[in-house]
Amino acid sequence: MKTATGSLEQALRATGDLKLVAYMMAGHPNKRRSIEAGKRLAGSGIAALEIGIPFSDPLADGPVIQRAGQIALEHGMNVAGALEVAAAIATEGVPVVLMTYINPVLAYDPRRFAAEAAQAGLAGVIVPDLPVEESEPVAGWLRAASLDTVFMVAPTTAEDRLASICDRSSGFVYCVTVTGITGVRKDLPPGMKELFGEVRRHTQLPVAAGFGISRPEHMKSLRGVADAAVVGSAIVDEIDRGGDPVALIKELLKGCR
Amino acid sequence: MARNAPTHPVDGRYGAYGGQYVPETLMGALQELEKVWHEAKADPQFQLELAGHRHAFVGRPTPLYAATRLGEHFGGAHIHLKREDLCHTGAHKLNNAVGQALLALRMGKKRVIAETGAGQHGVAAATVCARFGLECTVYMGTEDMRRQSMNVRRMKLLGAEVVEVTSGTKTLKDATSEAIRDWVTNVRSTHYIIGSVVGPHPYPEMVRDLQRVIGDEARDQYLSVDGRLPDVVVACVGGGSNAIGIFTAFLDDKDVMLVGVEAAGKGVKTGQHAASLVGGRPGVLHGSYSYLLQDGDGQVLPTHSISAGLDYPGVGPEHSFLRDIERAEYVAVTDAEALAAFRLCTRLEGIMPALEPAHALHHAGVLAREMGSGGRILVCLSGRGDKDMDSVEDAARAERDQ
Ligand SMILES: Cc1ncc(COP(=O)(O)O)c(C=O)c1O
Repeated sequence: MKTATGSLEQALRATGDLKLVAYMMAGHPNKRRSIEAGKRLAGSGIAALEIGIPFSDPLADGPVIQRAGQIALEHGMNVAGALEVAAAIATEGVPVVLMTYINPVLAYDPRRFAAEAAQAGLAGVIVPDLPVEESEPVAGWLRAASLDTVFMVAPTTAEDRLASICDRSSGFVYCVTVTGITGVRKDLPPGMKELFGEVRRHTQLPVAAGFGISRPEHMKSLRGVADAAVVGSAIVDEIDRGGDPVALIKELLKGCR
Repeated sequence: MARNAPTHPVDGRYGAYGGQYVPETLMGALQELEKVWHEAKADPQFQLELAGHRHAFVGRPTPLYAATRLGEHFGGAHIHLKREDLCHTGAHKLNNAVGQALLALRMGKKRVIAETGAGQHGVAAATVCARFGLECTVYMGTEDMRRQSMNVRRMKLLGAEVVEVTSGTKTLKDATSEAIRDWVTNVRSTHYIIGSVVGPHPYPEMVRDLQRVIGDEARDQYLSVDGRLPDVVVACVGGGSNAIGIFTAFLDDKDVMLVGVEAAGKGVKTGQHAASLVGGRPGVLHGSYSYLLQDGDGQVLPTHSISAGLDYPGVGPEHSFLRDIERAEYVAVTDAEALAAFRLCTRLEGIMPALEPAHALHHAGVLAREMGSGGRILVCLSGRGDKDMDSVEDAARAERDQ
């Protein structure tokens, strides 16, 4: 089965409500339980699921996701395993996006990676250490496999680069809300309206907010500003502690409406 | 904008190697750094200031020294040492730190961060921050804080905050990752002084430009002493900054062989080593594409070397290029061989080398034996060995106990 192009874009466009995207790590706390967690998340009311592929040196991640990646690696998770995890979860019908650093993809062979991700019915790929300047030829191979390539903009992105990032993104544009790495924060920084306003001048795609988002209040403040919000560390932490990420999703969804 | 509009051309490629594989948050800072560095490089005022600090603060030019007793020991070859151990703070690292501190001032950034393995780069960063009134935070792995404790004390006395890195292998790789995460978070106020020719563009190029003074001086000195050039130039390679520093001046001298010496640790076959060019394959770590010690899944492997400064799974992209085009050759030397060379140089020359350049000294000995009495070898003695007292004594104790 294969997700039609455009489905990610449709799934993430705000329709009055803010859409919620959950992030989890493939193989955390182990392969079987990550598939279970993913399937439960898929049915919890989220608009899309991001699945992380663990890497030994995740430069954009804070302690919670670093630790989850370490645990996944200790259990032998790799690109092939993560594709299996993602494929199993994608059968639930929720659009699945892989989030991976570039080196595991290079080691796997980017063309094979693109073909197998498409075959598995995945919707797109985000590579946080692949800025647009470095994105070819990998992004071309992903596009050729009809996968969306999601690029990130940050509060430090200058106007001229904003245009080329938005131009190269498909599915949605990922707007990093904080100048920093992943991890829960008490408050979101000020200036969200301006940041998203600026991004929207360059794209018709839905714009998702990510990094630091963990509370219903954050959702409230992003409603009407972003199309979607990505929640990562808070969910990973819940899974890490053996808790129920679905309860957290329900709580967060209240802030989305 | 058209869908196929070209992305910005990225400089800083060495063949396929190099690039800028970093989170988007850092791209603006890297582009600013590139611009400011190119302006500074072309600015006579900046060059004058840099030259002044190199002379009066770093202690340049460093001498070229004829190691005649070592030469005799190895069968009569001429061995010369470029004495970077005589730089202020005891290693070549200060050449780079001084230049980058001046850039931080030029960019109006008041806070500096650095990673360190052996502690020599951390000390160099802490030193320039003291000198120029900048705030300094140094990331260092737990394991390196133990084996290079004297340098931890020096950094603290110089006013730097030393942050212990407990993740991963607790050595230079993880200290570098942690420093990059700090930079992602504090990029507006902070300049990251990378300690070697690694990391995203423009670092490999900028650090090379700041270290090439080693080879520029050494080439002139060699010519004025001997009237001709050496047959071979040897330097140790961790990230590769002292090696690029001495190689660059000789790149166009096609008859001069360039040899980089990596850490073979307990032996390249044991898997416990840090020889990226000898035993790795290309991949992306810390923002650039270069030879890398990684497993089949693209996960970066733990490394081992008795020398903290060489204990790193990656290497600067320009070395990967020089290796592929066969302009330079790379070999690996074990812990035990480096220790023996450390003792030999100390006893025969009255010069106690750091364990990093002791690797280069061992290979200089191998080459000297091959070349015989006509051989002419220039070695970059990148730093002095006081910091390694504990490691050397521990190793001696372990040998006795066996
Ligand atoms: C004395 C000395 N030599 C060499 C190195 C290795 O670095 P590079 O390969 O960048 O010269 C270090 C690093 O700490 C060092 O302290």
